[in-house]
Amino acid sequence: MSLPETPTPRTGQDFWERLAQLDRRIIFAFIFLALAIPLFFTIRQPIAVSPEGRAYFEAIENLPAGSKVLLSFDFDPPSSPELQPMAEATFKQLLTKNCKLVVIALWPQGPQQAEKALAVALRDPQFKDLKLEYGENYANLGFMAGDEVVIQKMNSDLPSTFPSDYKGNATLSLPIMQGVKNYKNFDFIINFSSGFPGTREWVQFCVDRSGSKMIAGNTAVQAPENYPYVRSGQLKGLLAGMKGAAEYETVVGKPGKGVSFMGAQSVSHLVVILFVILGNIAYFASRRKK
Amino acid sequence: MKSKFALFLFGLALFAAVPAAVGQTLLPPTAVRAKDAPNDAGKSILALWQLSASDIKGDKAVIGYQIFRSVSAQGPFEAVGTAAKGDTLFTDHVAKNGTDYYYKVRTLGALGVFAESETGGPAQAKAQWFNSDRSNAFLAVLILVTAILYFIYKASTGKELYIRKIAGLEEVDNAVGRATEMGKKIIFIPGRQDMDNVQTIAAVLLLGRVAKLAAEYETRLEVPNVRSMVMVSCREVVKEAFLKAGRPEAYREDDIYYITEDQFGFAAAVDGMMLRDKPAAVFYQGAFFAEALIFAETGNSIGAIQIAGTAQPAQLPFFVVACDYTLIGEELFAASAYLSKEPRLLGSLKGQDVGKVFILTAISLGAALATLKAMGWFSGEWTAAYIKAFLVR
Amino acid sequence: MRREIPLIITSFVGFLFVIRFFIPHEPFASMENTASSWIQVIKAFAIWLGILNLLKISGEKIYKKDKGWGFAAIVIASFLAISIAGFFFPFWETRTPGDSFIEHARKFQYPGTSFDWFYTYVYTPLSSTMFATLAFFIASAAFRAFRARSFQATLLLLAGFIVMLGSVPVGNALFSWLPQGWQVSDIADWIKNYPQVAGQRAIQIGIALGIISTSLRLILGVERSHLGGEG
Repeated sequence: MSLPETPTPRTGQDFWERLAQLDRRIIFAFIFLALAIPLFFTIRQPIAVSPEGRAYFEAIENLPAGSKVLLSFDFDPPSSPELQPMAEATFKQLLTKNCKLVVIALWPQGPQQAEKALAVALRDPQFKDLKLEYGENYANLGFMAGDEVVIQKMNSDLPSTFPSDYKGNATLSLPIMQGVKNYKNFDFIINFSSGFPGTREWVQFCVDRSGSKMIAGNTAVQAPENYPYVRSGQLKGLLAGMKGAAEYETVVGKPGKGVSFMGAQSVSHLVVILFVILGNIAYFASRRKK
Repeated sequence: MKSKFALFLFGLALFAAVPAAVGQTLLPPTAVRAKDAPNDAGKSILALWQLSASDIKGDKAVIGYQIFRSVSAQGPFEAVGTAAKGDTLFTDHVAKNGTDYYYKVRTLGALGVFAESETGGPAQAKAQWFNSDRSNAFLAVLILVTAILYFIYKASTGKELYIRKIAGLEEVDNAVGRATEMGKKIIFIPGRQDMDNVQTIAAVLLLGRVAKLAAEYETRLEVPNVRSMVMVSCREVVKEAFLKAGRPEAYREDDIYYITEDQFGFAAAVDGMMLRDKPAAVFYQGAFFAEALIFAETGNSIGAIQIAGTAQPAQLPFFVVACDYTLIGEELFAASAYLSKEPRLLGSLKGQDVGKVFILTAISLGAALATLKAMGWFSGEWTAAYIKAFLVR
Repeated sequence: MRREIPLIITSFVGFLFVIRFFIPHEPFASMENTASSWIQVIKAFAIWLGILNLLKISGEKIYKKDKGWGFAAIVIASFLAISIAGFFFPFWETRTPGDSFIEHARKFQYPGTSFDWFYTYVYTPLSSTMFATLAFFIASAAFRAFRARSFQATLLLLAGFIVMLGSVPVGNALFSWLPQGWQVSDIADWIKNYPQVAGQRAIQIGIALGIISTSLRLILGVERSHLGGEG
């Protein structure tokens, strides 16, 4: 790309040239409408499940009942439209298998996101009689600063890396943490991430070093860089973005926010494609004129 | 009367059930042996055994194994852990180095029934001085480091090395010059990571070069930061650059400042600054995440010349689309060497290329083997062994 | 010595941690944990350095009434509001019976506290809004950049169309006449899993080599411009 040129004055430009240099605010307005209007309607669409999404579901489905699972919430509110539906549906599937859940976070807002996701999952009618006892079948160890250093440390000593939980209790006083020394004491690891530290660091410092089995949920932007890990088997499954959340909700049989937001995403993708086609038509038309 | 009879029947059923449970005669595991766990700091011993003959897939007679340990072959033995049905290995992580340990393994069945093996061992835990699992990585590092050192040496003897043009780096001068002509400032954003990230170090090295140019051209340079330690490093680098350019009085410490570690708080602050102050040139160098496109599009909207460089593959497409020039991945790491034109630094770039040749050859060979194996023309064992040679544990 | 001492420290620690990767024996085995703990402590303290700098610069801007001083005032007001909500919450939030002062103070971010109010009703919407602007920026960037100027650009354009359509259910609906296994989502998955992965891996290999080379230059002291002076 060359240095930005001084913008050509609009007077003297024909329609195609003006279209090719369309004011971005017009594009913004169309995108706003494309995203906002579908939210007021229920748009039913068949959701095709990708192999990676199915693998994510089956990895949890194949866990023996009562398995101990470590979940890492490595995202913040801006990514929650994509990752929160995944987390809620994951909690639902894990709870149906009576898994013991230990939550940690490498992002400061992770613990709160986890609490919110679990609260939503527990509101499902199938769990109305479920007694989730904190410390016995669930614990939230909170956030720890240090990025990938924290993941490395947990290879040798998890309790000293998270000495107390989100509520201030000593980690080793929790029944669910009895006998837990490192990753090898967990049957499975699930990571939700939208950046750094995230899935890549978990694969490099946890999966590769401890041989643990892991699946992940990523934002749509981050997922492409983690597909190689799915291909190589280092990740047993991967959900990508809101579509990944919708796929997972479809497979689990509990459509939620992921499925309902796909309508807006579909319309906005079409609008972007239309604008790109329009831009190309304008580009070729103005080139031909010259 | 009725309750006594029911109790009698229950006892009879229980009495019958126990032999039924053990009626299959649970067999112990065989060939129990112990050995030091390899490639560790000691304190670990592997207890190995052959599966009990009663451990049949699909059969529920065996529910698992329990491992016992003693410092004497005669006992007493204490339980140290359990293993799942089908397992033939248990790692004892709490052994003392240099102490002999003996092991027994019990096959566990339903209702507390078990069958105990012969004693295996002794074995001692020892620490190793070299992790043989990582020999392949050691060899690769040796080859690469030798290549880099060789080319650094070659370059320092005066040999001319060809380095291809990197468009983004060729335009750094123009970008600073343009800002000078327009009388506007330059903004340099060294990424969102801390000083322990190599991308940030590469960005700070490039900042030194840009700062020297800005000092020479008497153009204002602002460096907003996400991390405090990066801010401190940037201040040092810029101060030295201004000193080298002979303009120490032009250095303004407050032009290199911290905003916030929060991703979108930082994006909002920098965006606002770009829209209000309209810098003529913006450099995005280092690790960026979702905020990359926010910066780049805002910079584009104000007509600034933008030169980006990152090793975050997910953000490269956004920078390529919205910026004038983008340094892709390794080009960011080459920037400092490229701009300095210092022979020893350029020599290290050449050494990298040797690594690339090695990797390309390995990939091509691996792809060929896998293709031949898929076509049935080549042994799967050779392909598996080849792939295993590149695995680093 | 100002440059020599940091170079010596960098070289020594650099070599130590490279060889540590290959030596499982003590003291190398626990070096990683020890260094990790040190790094965590340093990073935590470094935050204060940045906060004090931010307050200093914002304060000066307000005092001198520099351009944009209103924004500096908002920065300081926001900082104080959340800090007070977090640090002084124990004095006005109801304590759970049986909790000590410290136990009560630890609950500053629980649902219902004023800190949580700021998090839920101020920070979360602001962050989400900034993230949401990406949707608009991506559309304007795509409109401007996805022009079929050359063969490669056309290829990129077509791949972009397929992946965009394959990422939403409407893509399959619009092209339902395509045979099974050749649906838009199948082609999009193929693009994401094969050409895209190949490209990502190639870039990541180059990045890894670049990191090794840069790190070696720093460890050997060949690259020293970050310390100032010639280099």
